[in-house]
Amino acid sequence: MGNGETIVEKESSTATALDIPWNVVVHNDPVNLMTYVTMVFQRVFGYSKDRAKKHMLEVHQQGRSIVWTGVREPAESYVEQLHAYLLLATLEKAE
Amino acid sequence: MTVEVTRTDDGLRLARLDLFFVELMRQIPVSADPGDSDAARDRIYPVATADAEANEDWRAYVHPELKEYFTTSSGTVREDLENFEQLDETTENWAFEIPAEHFDQWLNVLNQARLSLAARYDFEEKEMSQNGPRTIETVRDLSLFQVHFYGFLQECLLQDLAG
Repeated sequence: MGNGETIVEKESSTATALDIPWNVVVHNDPVNLMTYVTMVFQRVFGYSKDRAKKHMLEVHQQGRSIVWTGVREPAESYVEQLHAYLLLATLEKAE
Repeated sequence: MTVEVTRTDDGLRLARLDLFFVELMRQIPVSADPGDSDAARDRIYPVATADAEANEDWRAYVHPELKEYFTTSSGTVREDLENFEQLDETTENWAFEIPAEHFDQWLNVLNQARLSLAARYDFEEKEMSQNGPRTIETVRDLSLFQVHFYGFLQECLLQDLAG
């Protein structure tokens, strides 16, 4: 694990006080190509290439990256999309 | 061994393929199937949380959708693989074109194949970061070579998609 700062994406406008925020976390695996992971982040989240690449490098260097935070339903949808692209993604309650 | 890759108006053309590479390509959808390997199946169909109950729901509702998507992509690739072209009488000059409208399905099935093989043979990070085996003497060596060759094909597709 490296010492880089964790990049956290927040979507505060859709979260209400009653919603527990959930993190969408992508984990490293040695098989998925770095260029592929960057493309997936651009497609799924609409991130710029630079932003997608930052998350990809965080996954690669630190083992995981929180790629999105918000309410549970869209978080689940994002994880399902990431699984369709065969990325290792999980849902975690945000601290 | 030479593989020539060029972009055409209709897709990505691979030429100068010998029968070894033709067979490797025909193995893509076969290798993508996790089959009887629990490790491969768990990698292709992961769960989403640390909560057992939520994961049961995930298996019940999400995995069937993923399976349908993966099977459809695999079917497209299988159909495309019917279109090898023998350019001359020798066995060393076959050509094949991945249609541009199927690039996403190809990326998906190549990824399934690489992940399934890596899980099935438990390849280590070091093996994945090198250029592939220097010699092919075992099924495991051949599978590692497949993973690297399929990665090369993915890179060609990704370069094209990135413009």
